[in-house]
Amino acid sequence: MSNERILDVKGLKTQFRIDKQKVAKAVDGIDFHINKGETLAIVGESGSGKSITALSIMQLIPSPPGKIVEGSIELDGVDLLGLSEKQMTATRGNDVAMIFQEPMTSLNPVFTIGTQVSEPLRKHKKLGKKEAKKQTIELLKLVGFPRAEDIFHEYPHQLSGGMRQRAMIAMALSCAPKLIIADEPTTALDVTIQAQILDLMLDMKKKTGSSILMITHDLGVVAETADRVAVMYAGQIVETSTVKELFVKPKHPYTVGLLNSMPKIDQDSERLESIPGMVPPAHNFPQGCRFAPRCKHAMDKCTEAVPDLIEDGLNHKVRCVLYDGSGKGVTHV
Amino acid sequence: MSKEIVEKDILFEIKNLKKYFPVKGGVLQRTVGHVKAVDDVSFTIYKGETLGIVGESGSGKSTLGRTILRLLDPTDGEIIYNNEDISGLRQGKLRPYRKDMQMVFQDPYASLNPRMSVGELIEEPMIVQNTLSKPDRKKMVVDLLEKVGLGPEARGKYPHEFSGGQRQRIGIARSLSTRPKFIIGDEPVSALDVSVQSQVLNLMEDLQDEFDLTYLFIAHDLSVVKHISDRVGVMYLGRLAEIAPKDSLYDKPLHPYTQALIAAVPSTDVLNVREKTPLKGDLPSPSNPPTGCAFHTRCPKAHDRCKVERPELTHMGEEHYVACHLYTEPEPVVKVE
Repeated sequence: MSNERILDVKGLKTQFRIDKQKVAKAVDGIDFHINKGETLAIVGESGSGKSITALSIMQLIPSPPGKIVEGSIELDGVDLLGLSEKQMTATRGNDVAMIFQEPMTSLNPVFTIGTQVSEPLRKHKKLGKKEAKKQTIELLKLVGFPRAEDIFHEYPHQLSGGMRQRAMIAMALSCAPKLIIADEPTTALDVTIQAQILDLMLDMKKKTGSSILMITHDLGVVAETADRVAVMYAGQIVETSTVKELFVKPKHPYTVGLLNSMPKIDQDSERLESIPGMVPPAHNFPQGCRFAPRCKHAMDKCTEAVPDLIEDGLNHKVRCVLYDGSGKGVTHV
Repeated sequence: MSKEIVEKDILFEIKNLKKYFPVKGGVLQRTVGHVKAVDDVSFTIYKGETLGIVGESGSGKSTLGRTILRLLDPTDGEIIYNNEDISGLRQGKLRPYRKDMQMVFQDPYASLNPRMSVGELIEEPMIVQNTLSKPDRKKMVVDLLEKVGLGPEARGKYPHEFSGGQRQRIGIARSLSTRPKFIIGDEPVSALDVSVQSQVLNLMEDLQDEFDLTYLFIAHDLSVVKHISDRVGVMYLGRLAEIAPKDSLYDKPLHPYTQALIAAVPSTDVLNVREKTPLKGDLPSPSNPPTGCAFHTRCPKAHDRCKVERPELTHMGEEHYVACHLYTEPEPVVKVE
């Protein structure tokens, strides 16, 4: 892992117009970066803006009503927001590839696995049919298909969910992209199959040295796959640190609450902590800190202004007034 | 929540329960085979406990729940409730039992009628059961809404006005309206976010204490099942692979499938990273399960006997039962009941 940044996102804001008055601020000013060979996980509950972040990078936001209104997204030094649609098409699948949650709906049912996995090779690398097939079969073997030659000619419905996700990973890897975005890649899978796919992704990362942006709601998946993590809440990053730091020393009351409300298989707890209330809608965020209405540490100061993302400890940032120098902090876990 | 169950009164006894779905094929749509969704499952449910059932998709756990409640008719076997076999009762005869047994479904978006107000939704089961006068029913609705943490003003609203967690509370209030003794939760929290999931789990625990409920909690999430259950059963392809008190099952799993399942759960313990060897292969099709032990195709410890002979549930002490040839004599099979 080097310190060379493969992805650098600055001040990204993506909004959706609901009607004349209402605008949903799905992603509201986020900054993060991914170093070469690194896996960054963005974790959050539904409505936190994590998937919209991924779609913004791919520029797959349905427009209208959606629009990236501010910010920059640099992939290996190139600002993706400055690219034309044609240039972006040449980038997708080539420099940055995406693995979606639902392998059932993201593969086209009327084309064979071979056709779909080899498509990026033919489009971007301009390979001939024969060469593309040869490389595709290699890829299918790489992601663990024992009978790759047969699978090449089969259709998505003939494969199980786990197998389809393997095919998606093969497709994402086909052009050796600089960055792979995985949006809840294992959420639709059974736990034993999830373990296989996570194992495969870690293995592929070791072999290809690719950088991964992992979008997930599952803190267990974060702990098992990522190097660094950013916690999103209501369109903002509220805490970011290395994975180890986050699980050992979580700082933001939301992160602490999230960790404590999770039943854990290797710990007994008599009663789970829960966070009262729910995530605010993106068109009507509360004034000040967006977590304040649900926060047990909330004070007057919290509702005055959105707190800054403050550096607190090495590579650990947190968006909470408890850490703004008064040195108090949360006692936790 | 583990609490001491002093005297173990049996509420349900499930004996050799089977539920087969026909597979139609050919021009004449003749039955060409069966999906054995639940295949010879036996266990007991004690009064006041929470029995968790875990399994992957296609394991038959939801069918099991629905068959016990007689929402599906069993193919074979007995469902003994309070010493009476209800597996063969006609639907009309079942009605008095229905008020004792309720269900909370997975998808609170699909399981509540969008055209009924919350008040009507909660009142409906009481009207069907015809146990209370109208003013009493209205009072009960307000009571129940309060119990599940929603105010009386929720009565006049419709399901779409609520979030997923709130809808699940409404579903729970509805299930409680007939004062049941037994509730089956079929993945009741799996559609919810973590922070809301814990709210609903805590609510279910509180209500269990308050109303002396017995739960059958069906889920795929092993951590959630561990948290809420007293005993846990593990299903694989329509069969019970292992059933044991929670601590015994999670600390000393005996069946290779249970061991693999527990090992596959992503851990948040970043300080003690375990080396994992994920289970190979996919879940076989339930319409064409492997012979012998259904798990032998993926089992790292399978031997010849597993391919031909189906293992029976064997008592391993302290209510720990496992269906695996690793724990039985080569021959003859000695069953300890």
